Amino acid sequence: MIEFTDVTKAYSVGTKALRGVSMQIEDGEFAFLVGPSGSGKSTIIKLITGELKPTSGTVHVNGYSLERIRKREIPYLRRTVGVVFQDFRLIENMTVYDNVAFAMRVVGARHKEIRERVPYVLNLVGLDTKSRRHPGELSGGEQQRLAIARALVNNPSTIIADEPTGNLDPARSLEIMSLLQEINNLGTTMLVVTHAKDLVERFPKRVIAIDNGLVIHDGMDGYYHYENQ
Amino acid sequence: MKEGIRGIFLHGFMSFAAICVTVACLLIVGTFSCLVYNVNRMVEDLNKTSEVLVYIDTALTDAEAKSIGTLLNDVDNVYKSTFKSREEALEDFIADHDGNDAFSGVEAADLRHRFIVELEDNRLMEQTVDQIQQISGVAKVNAPYELAEGFSMLQDVLQIASAAVIIILLLVSLLIISNTVKLAMHERRDEIAIMKMVGATNGFIRLPFVVEGFTLGMVGAAAAFGLLWLLYNTMMDRLAIVDTLKLFTFEPFENLMLPMVVTFFGAGLFVGVVGSWTSIRKFMDV
Ligand SMILES: Nc1ncnc2c1ncn2[C@@H]1O[C@H](COP(=O)(O)OP(=O)(O)OP(=O)(O)O)[C@@H](O)[C@H]1O
Ligand SMILES: [Mg+2]
Repeated sequence: MIEFTDVTKAYSVGTKALRGVSMQIEDGEFAFLVGPSGSGKSTIIKLITGELKPTSGTVHVNGYSLERIRKREIPYLRRTVGVVFQDFRLIENMTVYDNVAFAMRVVGARHKEIRERVPYVLNLVGLDTKSRRHPGELSGGEQQRLAIARALVNNPSTIIADEPTGNLDPARSLEIMSLLQEINNLGTTMLVVTHAKDLVERFPKRVIAIDNGLVIHDGMDGYYHYENQ
Repeated sequence: MKEGIRGIFLHGFMSFAAICVTVACLLIVGTFSCLVYNVNRMVEDLNKTSEVLVYIDTALTDAEAKSIGTLLNDVDNVYKSTFKSREEALEDFIADHDGNDAFSGVEAADLRHRFIVELEDNRLMEQTVDQIQQISGVAKVNAPYELAEGFSMLQDVLQIASAAVIIILLLVSLLIISNTVKLAMHERRDEIAIMKMVGATNGFIRLPFVVEGFTLGMVGAAAAFGLLWLLYNTMMDRLAIVDTLKLFTFEPFENLMLPMVVTFFGAGLFVGVVGSWTSIRKFMDV
């Protein structure tokens, strides 16, 4: 569960990125986070992963209280939250298989677990036949699938995607969104930041709209047209 | 573990440079320490000659004069006192002035019994001489103040200079290793970012880099030790040929080996681990 209560975040420069955000995302839910550029979406994600601390208010994520989390607890929080980015962030000199296995190795998984789990998630994202390739030999959509497989491999209860389709054409974007929905159907909480209006309209999910550091809309009634407000 | 060693080969040139600098620094430190150690030893030997002569009152009997030795030994700073009777003193005197007729008339009765006193710390010579003069039966004390002071100062200068050189060189090695590890981390910053993202602990992320720093330090220490050994023995051989008079007494390397091994590997460990640790800390907080 993700719960923000009256969260503000001011960067050291003085700009207030968030000005009192409250929201709650239940386990197993699928929510879109939309809003214009600079509205504070990435700031919210960084607060969830413990990269930033709230200036005031409380942030609860999967049992951790982020406003007072200890530094050495942060890795364990992050194992419950898989993250996917617009720019994939893959390791170029590792194979598809190793990119995924790497995420397991660095949290101390056993060889046996890795050998079982990696093919399973590669199969889930449809990359099982390309496990020996390198990221450079994959299309954009395939690279994003690989990033999703990596986010998924340690079995996090939540996946957060920051504009996962920002670099993809409409057809690939649709595939990625379908994949995220499929993963959500398997029980993983999903929070997806996006600018893609047409995608949001094709997936009738909860939409949280923020503008200028405030939640201005939160509901199941489709895309929120903040431009017109 | 594997990662750290792999890292050394990956950024080969910088690692090579780091090892070379460590070797050079340790080698200079080592050569310098050996030199200082031996010079210090020689100075100490020479300093033994700055003995204090304690003359005993002629009114005392032989036995009474001898018994003053225990009183002398009770004085704090006295390391050793050796009794020399007037007869022995005369023999020395004659030997020293062998063949010189001018002194042929000197007899034992003209001389006094005496103690040759070695001090633990020649710096405190003045106070100790004062104390000795308080002992009844002591007629006169002859102390080579200037000589002792000169030697003490020489030792002080040597110690301070060597400490300064050692500290500076250690800092240089530290800096170089720290930079090598920083470079290694910079090269792998994307991987590190991913490790953090998926929840690797800081300890896990650090380990290969600490191993890398440690290995650099150790390889540097081992190479420096081997070279120093070679250098020292070569120098000793050369010196033995030139120094036929045995003016210099050098400790054989084998006797210096254990402290040197401990120091070198201690320094290698310190430089390697601290060097990498500091650069990692700076890097990890980003
Ligand atoms: N490190 C930072 N230091 C100072 N200000 C920052 C920093 N990061 C973000 N900001 C500011 O905080 C506000 C919110 O930024 P944020 O990145 O959360 O926006 P966003 O909604 O993700 O935008 P986009 O859609 O362009 O990614 C912006 O005004 C931005 O300039
Ligand atoms: Mg953003």
